[in-house]
Amino acid sequence: MTKMIPPQSVGVVAPQRAEFTEPLALRSGGTLDNYHLVFETYGTLNAERSNAVLVCHALSGSHHVAGTYADAPHNVGWWDNLIGPGKPLDTRKFFVIGVNNLGGCYGSSGPNQINPATGRLWGADFPFVTVEDWVESQARLADQLGIQRFAAVVGGSLGGMQAMSWALQFPERVGHVAVIAAAPKLTAQNIAFNEVARQAILTDPEFHGGHYYAHGVVPARGLKLARMVGHITYLSDDSMAEKFGRSLRHGRNTYSYDVEFEIESYLRYQGDKFAGYFDANTYLLTTKALDYFDPAFEYGGNLPAALARASADFLVVSFTTDWRFSPERSREIVYALLHNKRNVSYAEIDCPAGHDSFLLDETRYHALLSAWFDRIEV
Amino acid sequence: MTAYRYDYEVITQWIEPGEKVLDLGCGDGDLLRHLMQVRQVQGYGVENDPDKLLASVKNGVNVIQMDLEKGLVGLEDGFFDHVIMSLSLQAMHNTQGILHEMLRVGREAVVSFPNFGYWRHRQSILNGRMPVSESLPHQWFNTPNVRFFTIADFDALCEMNGIAVRERLAFDEGKLMLDEPNFLASVAVYRLGRNG
Repeated sequence: MTKMIPPQSVGVVAPQRAEFTEPLALRSGGTLDNYHLVFETYGTLNAERSNAVLVCHALSGSHHVAGTYADAPHNVGWWDNLIGPGKPLDTRKFFVIGVNNLGGCYGSSGPNQINPATGRLWGADFPFVTVEDWVESQARLADQLGIQRFAAVVGGSLGGMQAMSWALQFPERVGHVAVIAAAPKLTAQNIAFNEVARQAILTDPEFHGGHYYAHGVVPARGLKLARMVGHITYLSDDSMAEKFGRSLRHGRNTYSYDVEFEIESYLRYQGDKFAGYFDANTYLLTTKALDYFDPAFEYGGNLPAALARASADFLVVSFTTDWRFSPERSREIVYALLHNKRNVSYAEIDCPAGHDSFLLDETRYHALLSAWFDRIEV
Repeated sequence: MTAYRYDYEVITQWIEPGEKVLDLGCGDGDLLRHLMQVRQVQGYGVENDPDKLLASVKNGVNVIQMDLEKGLVGLEDGFFDHVIMSLSLQAMHNTQGILHEMLRVGREAVVSFPNFGYWRHRQSILNGRMPVSESLPHQWFNTPNVRFFTIADFDALCEMNGIAVRERLAFDEGKLMLDEPNFLASVAVYRLGRNG
């Protein structure tokens, strides 16, 4: 039977791998002497090399942003609804790149990869990486691909932080930046959620100080709990109420700790699924990168001063029901850019789905992104 | 482009090249686009209607989603050279609040509004019907307008709030009215500043 590829899909894609031998100095003080990045591309780089768009991924994302795999037709990229021929980020116009970040668990150098210096898996010895380190490594990938300047760098959540950091670290190398459902830094509450997630992993008896691979186990319970906590914060109170309410699995109280309420079933299912494919060390590293991100820190907390370096045209988008990365945090970015006389537009999309809204193909949201990408001249 | 609005001409004359401009209720962004082209302003529109916001993005202008009824929280004092509100003041509840905010974040404010004291409007009322005209195109049951005031009313409000009227031009369907503007003009355009 022939598998139908829907129209407007980039179709079957294949990841590529880039090797880097120039040492990368990390913000944490460590150095990666050599490393590799796994990435995918969609569309065609034009002769002027002026139509490249980098899509940065969030906490659990990967380089597989759009399309499917020949050997896994149901493995659809995480932002496939945005990217493709005729979609808002139109691959007939743009050359789109997705990269698995350093420290990730989808093939780029990270805890579940071999440390070239020892010949063993990195595990907990993989150094701490920051948003700035990721951007630095992405710039080196751009060098290898012959891309001097991105038409745009876009991302949601932690990906939005990377997009913002691009404008600060390489202002001359990015024309447009879309910061979606992000923040200029995490709040204490936000760091608190990350810390609960980390403690769940770190205290799992099968964590073994991060060297669980050597023991042939994974801290699945910790990772599951971490994902359950995270998942609660990605949804809104309303969307959870609408989806699950107080629905009971057995139609009555059973006075047990088994699944009773449907929300319990959902969270357990999501947690188990996630623990089955994601890496605990990557989860730890990535939540720390989220916590550390604060470009205004070295400017005494003055965000407008920190953003003065940026020269890109910005689009900032938030979602009304996103309480993990609330509209107020996005507005801080908008006003800081405005007060630097930078070009910036800002939309607050009315969407009930909470933080996860940024992954949906909500009509107004995608119409806005379409209009914004249409404006970009390549 | 939508129909050219004659208050744009006046507003444009009051803007110096290269100014920082904020346009409240910018609609599809046509005025800002115009000011960018002929005055090279660094302009930002404010819209809360998603369709108009989208139209502004398509029009290539900066547009910020904000609910003007909540003021201009987040914008620095005196940052803008001009803060414009073209034919929108009558559609806001928080009239005094927004005027105060405009003059907080801007050196000057530019406000235009339909004059409910225009003679045709008065005539309509005398005939027992709410006015419908070029400047008041809606029926009473579907108008977005929530404040109904005249040029004289606005002058009194400025006086009461210590707002300096630096210039006022009034028009009858595009024609400048120097005499009896409160009776003869359908639209007024004000350039406002802070007293002292």
